[in-house]
Amino acid sequence: MTTTVTEEPAAPPVAKTARPPRKRGRLVPYWLLLPGLLWLVVFFALPMVYQASTSIQTGSLEDGFKVTWHFATYWQALADYWPQFLRSVLYAGAATILCLALGYPLAYLIAFRAGRWRNLVLILVIAPFFTSFLIRTLAWKTILSDGGPVVSALNALHVLDVTSWLGMTDGNRVLATPLAVICGLTYNFLPFMILPLYTSLERIDGRLHEAAGDLYATPATTFRKVTFPLSMPGVVSGTLLTFIPAAGDYVNADLLGSTDTRMVGNVIQTQFLRILDYPTAAALSFILMAAILIMVTVYIRRSGTEDLV
Amino acid sequence: MEQYEPDSLSPAQLAAMRRSLSNGRAALSRRSLLRASTGGALAVGGFGTLSACGIPAASQGQGGVSSEDHSAKEKVINFSNWTEYIDLSADEKHRPTLDAFTKRTGIRVNYTEDVNDNVEFFGKIKPQLAAGQDTGRDVMVLTDWLAARLIRFGWVQKLDPANLPHAYANLSSQFRSPDWDPGRAYSYPWQGIAVVIAYNTKATNGREITSVSQLLDDPKLKGRVGLLSEMRDTVGMVMLDMGKDPGTFTADDFDAAIARMQKAVDKKQIRRFTGNDYISDLSKGDLAACLAWSGDIVQLQVDNPDVKFHIPDSGYLAGTDVMLIPNKARHKTNAEKLIDYYYEPPVAAQLAAWINYVSPVEGVKAELAKIDKKIANDPLIVPDKAMSAKAHLFRSLSSKEDKAFEEKFAQLTGA
Repeated sequence: MTTTVTEEPAAPPVAKTARPPRKRGRLVPYWLLLPGLLWLVVFFALPMVYQASTSIQTGSLEDGFKVTWHFATYWQALADYWPQFLRSVLYAGAATILCLALGYPLAYLIAFRAGRWRNLVLILVIAPFFTSFLIRTLAWKTILSDGGPVVSALNALHVLDVTSWLGMTDGNRVLATPLAVICGLTYNFLPFMILPLYTSLERIDGRLHEAAGDLYATPATTFRKVTFPLSMPGVVSGTLLTFIPAAGDYVNADLLGSTDTRMVGNVIQTQFLRILDYPTAAALSFILMAAILIMVTVYIRRSGTEDLV
Repeated sequence: MEQYEPDSLSPAQLAAMRRSLSNGRAALSRRSLLRASTGGALAVGGFGTLSACGIPAASQGQGGVSSEDHSAKEKVINFSNWTEYIDLSADEKHRPTLDAFTKRTGIRVNYTEDVNDNVEFFGKIKPQLAAGQDTGRDVMVLTDWLAARLIRFGWVQKLDPANLPHAYANLSSQFRSPDWDPGRAYSYPWQGIAVVIAYNTKATNGREITSVSQLLDDPKLKGRVGLLSEMRDTVGMVMLDMGKDPGTFTADDFDAAIARMQKAVDKKQIRRFTGNDYISDLSKGDLAACLAWSGDIVQLQVDNPDVKFHIPDSGYLAGTDVMLIPNKARHKTNAEKLIDYYYEPPVAAQLAAWINYVSPVEGVKAELAKIDKKIANDPLIVPDKAMSAKAHLFRSLSSKEDKAFEEKFAQLTGA
């Protein structure tokens, strides 16, 4: 975006011809863009082209791969791995909803009630990022261990009976079940939900709440009619920042899951590293990208907000 | 987007307008996002560029490609190994066997623990080796099946027997002639690995787990059994249990073993297919029993006496991690000296006493007894006759078989 402010007057089209724009000043933004563009070309566009090419090749590692325009790889990949795609969308969707349910009250609290503790709480939200993603996920294996206090408590409260009935857990354990994977995803991506929510809530003018009160709106009505609509940009960007990486994640499914919780990220990893079927791995990546792009587009259109930040 | 700021506005109005830039329609909107993504798609759609790419054949014919050997001038070896796979001094700052090697020969060893996973490491070194470039490594330790692939591709160098007198003389007979490297022209074992059954007596209520059938069928273990994510190790053990030899099996035998495990997966007997992470699961008791690698279990038992292991009567799968010299390595002769050094029984004993895997060196037992009698008598470290008789190797696979089998195994593990 070139949101530069020029001195040019907002004159009607006729006036434009009267004074030609200054050339040097006009080019500056593009020069400033150059490093970013180069970065995108080298680290985004080129790998994309390379992957796109890989996805339509055939061959083997030993004899080499050649571009044969073999689009059937895409259909084969979809036919073989649609359950994993579906699972990725469901798990990422569930994690996003959980993140929103957990993150919204917290972001609201930080924005309006935390007072002088605000910065401290914000740091606490970001603190998990100080350790590695892998270590954080492995820590859950200790917390949710079969004989551990968490699982014992859930058993005593008969929570696991309910989740078992829903098919989210299996017997008296949490680890190696869909529930563990969804919880892991929720935990790992929660800050990506809280931070955008906080920025958009924090922008809301407190006097709007007072005005709503003056007009006899109950707190619930104020939230429904004033606060929530104004925080929609945060909700939209938070859900996107959570859903998109969660759908492609494979670490949580690998460490916290079992054979029936593998997501599409795991399939891509296996295809690429173990089976050495690079075309299928590339095709799966593109299908995932396309699926996410379509879902996100529909979502943004329906969410009724123009802004993403 | 061009924005103008008329002079006639008050400061407050100006501020409001600037805010709208970062907050209103001019900000990152869904339209600009969609526009940007269409642009990206168009850029990718340059079909001509697509066909220009392609991945050249990996195979360079057996034999390997050497380059000028700088061993005489540069007294250095770059050594890549797995994590925690070498002896350490008490303060964990020195590696005694490597230090002794440097002292004796004057060759400095740059030791890097950068092998975490065979397939990942293969992905890492593949581009250089496929392009015929130096990987910056002189010697690396990889598991036998991957070594077989590298030899088949012609990515590793033939060793010079003249530099390997100890290795030639002391390699134990069990490891002498694998079908993928007859007579050890390209590789020498660093350590041997036995795949065993391990269990946590606390989690099994004191019961012993003695067979793979029990792992796959015992209802008391339901949901608490782990198998290994290494295809050969897991399938090999199941084949042995079914009375087939993993050294000579057919495709039908393989399918039968997969079908047998699929049954166990379907009835939720199997909790997970794991890599090294079974160690913590087994120690906590989340896994009651699992397939495991011998050295891990010897080390785990020191911390947790509840962990036991059993070698099934049907036999066990023996694997090796082998030392290889990749193509274009700059210090081949130095690397060969290092390989040979680890075949001197006193050095091999020092190594085995620390890492507790199967030592591939003949005559290590007497040397080990000087360090620790208990270790010297442990069949998991120095296999006795009965133990050796139960060892089975997994036969080498053609690349077609490799792909087909890995695919079937991946289906079994969920993808």
